[in-house]
Amino acid sequence: MEATSLRFRERAAGALENAQLQTALAGIKVGWQAGRARAAARLPEFEQLRDLGKAIKDHTLAHLDLYLEAFEARVVEQGGKVHWARDAAEARGIVLELCRAAGARSVTKSKSMIAEEIGLNAWLEANGLRVVETDLGEYIIQLRREPPSHLVGPAVHLTKDQISDLFVEHHGGPRIEEPAALVGEARRILRQRYLEADVGITGANFLIAETGSAVTVTNEGNAELTQGLPRTHIVIASLEKVIPTVEDAFTLLRLLGRSATGQEFSAYTTFVTGPKRPGDLDGPEAFHVVLLDNGRSAMVGTAFREMLRCIRCGACMNHCPVYLAAGGHAYGWVYVGPMGSVLTPQFIGIEQGYPLPNASTFCGRCEEVCPVRIPLPRLMRLWREEQFRKALVPPTARWGLRLWGALARRPFLYRLTARWAARALRLLARGRGRLAAAPLAGGWTGTRDLPAPQGGTFMDQWRRRRR
Amino acid sequence: MSEARAAILARLRRSLPRSADEQAAAEATVHERLAAPAPNLLPARGQLDRDGRVRLFTDMARAVAAEVELLDELEAVPAAVATYLRRHNLPQRIVVAPDPLLDLARWEGQPLLRVRRGDAEPDDAVGVTLASTGIAETGTLLLTSAPERPTLLAFLPETSIVVVFADEIDGAYEQSWARLRAALGTPPRSVNLITGPSRTGDIAQQIELGAHGPRRLLVLVVDRSPPLDD
Repeated sequence: MEATSLRFRERAAGALENAQLQTALAGIKVGWQAGRARAAARLPEFEQLRDLGKAIKDHTLAHLDLYLEAFEARVVEQGGKVHWARDAAEARGIVLELCRAAGARSVTKSKSMIAEEIGLNAWLEANGLRVVETDLGEYIIQLRREPPSHLVGPAVHLTKDQISDLFVEHHGGPRIEEPAALVGEARRILRQRYLEADVGITGANFLIAETGSAVTVTNEGNAELTQGLPRTHIVIASLEKVIPTVEDAFTLLRLLGRSATGQEFSAYTTFVTGPKRPGDLDGPEAFHVVLLDNGRSAMVGTAFREMLRCIRCGACMNHCPVYLAAGGHAYGWVYVGPMGSVLTPQFIGIEQGYPLPNASTFCGRCEEVCPVRIPLPRLMRLWREEQFRKALVPPTARWGLRLWGALARRPFLYRLTARWAARALRLLARGRGRLAAAPLAGGWTGTRDLPAPQGGTFMDQWRRRRR
Repeated sequence: MSEARAAILARLRRSLPRSADEQAAAEATVHERLAAPAPNLLPARGQLDRDGRVRLFTDMARAVAAEVELLDELEAVPAAVATYLRRHNLPQRIVVAPDPLLDLARWEGQPLLRVRRGDAEPDDAVGVTLASTGIAETGTLLLTSAPERPTLLAFLPETSIVVVFADEIDGAYEQSWARLRAALGTPPRSVNLITGPSRTGDIAQQIELGAHGPRRLLVLVVDRSPPLDD
């Protein structure tokens, strides 16, 4: 997928004008955001589980080479096969080769962010395969030829009416308006696709080194039909999905559903281990795991290692004032919201992802709700430092920062300037207590007034009261 | 592709530099953790006596739109199934997991009920299968694949009926898995944890049941476990 992150500002402005999108985004607050708060409050051990979740991931990342080797050995023991891919192209090649070896014409897919990351669908389609997304949200955006706008709800940016129109366009027939009937129609159509499929591709929420299992989590049951009906099952997952034991998976699973949608537990959590066993009446004959690196093995050695704890719950975006106003598509690539602002520049480069780490007020809500306590604002700040080092920051902002830096390092000068600035702003306000415009603050005062400083500077008041 | 494998592992090791001693220690740590898996934290919520676990399981499953009925013994299952199908206006035709335990239910006691034993076919409307355990914490069923317990029975039909013995309801997921591990060693091909019927919020965040899996889930909790043969 081609990144359009450089157009963030323009797209975010467009999003604010888009009434349908704003309606859809407003639903996240009452739905997932409130749901997470309720679910966390219902489980007294929730905060302790977050500490444990972080510790599990930190431990695994510090021993990632060893856990990956253990995982591979268990998969092979169970009759499966592991394929290693250094980058997106290598992963796409492996999946296509596996589909060809299986004589596949038709492929079903259950939701996988890694497949989005490597642009798998477009590649398989270009090579003559029919690829059908089975998660309802992914199916909807596949019909619209759009990238996902959210980690958990890829079609969260659409209203019911837009989906009604879409289904008429693609399925024909009379226009359906009831959500239940829309779900029923998708169920009927996709049922046929499941039965026709030669290969089923799923992602994995976790890979378990102890057993060689891949864990999928869905509410729809589409992962189970995707991997249970075709002859070949391919799991595609990135390196950091591996964790040590089944017990570790359960600790993280207790965090996942609650953080994502406020559910106590998602409807379906499935551990698959190898292909069909002797005597089994169903299950695939072949089981493959494609392990994707795509820069992660290098990331493990940097400050961005913490980002590899991410379990893709979406809580950071559900609580982000910027995401909730701009929507996912403004971010211009596969990963969106605060986690996307940290992750996307890793894949497309900070030059192409420049606006993303700046699309934050550093209010800190993302870090507050992250189930594995990723310091997202701090990691975004690291990208901002990188922007400065690479001279990507525009000259005015660069000089502004230089000037501020020069003052901040000279306390006497800083205090003097602050005192003068406060006095000047107060004079400008001419007793009204607020300013409709202020020098260098046009962006801020364009939509609101700037309150004029009252009394002395903080340092002056501090000194007076201490005396 | 072993070239890619070597390259990835080499880069990981460059990112995670360890001295020879540290390498030995890291290997020992990983070996230990994998050899003796232990729970990290069991929420207090599910750590109750048998009756408490059954009650919590029932409440939690009902909260996610599963129907739960408590039966005294396995012989009561066929009548409960027939009544349920009548109540939902469903045909008296079911496909049942070919599990000897479910045969003990004596389906012939319901002459109107047409019973086929085996795996689900695309046109089957009602599947009946047996859960290995239940988990009180979240009202979750744990199903394990085996020749006598095909996985698709709980996913393909629109109505899923699952039998679970009250004795097999644990407090937490880890407690069920520990018993599974003790009994089987390595896990079966598929372990399915099921919490309520299939659902989606993908159309305007409104929850609808029956997205791909079952629209309805009936859980029959059987109080008395059948006596073991041997």
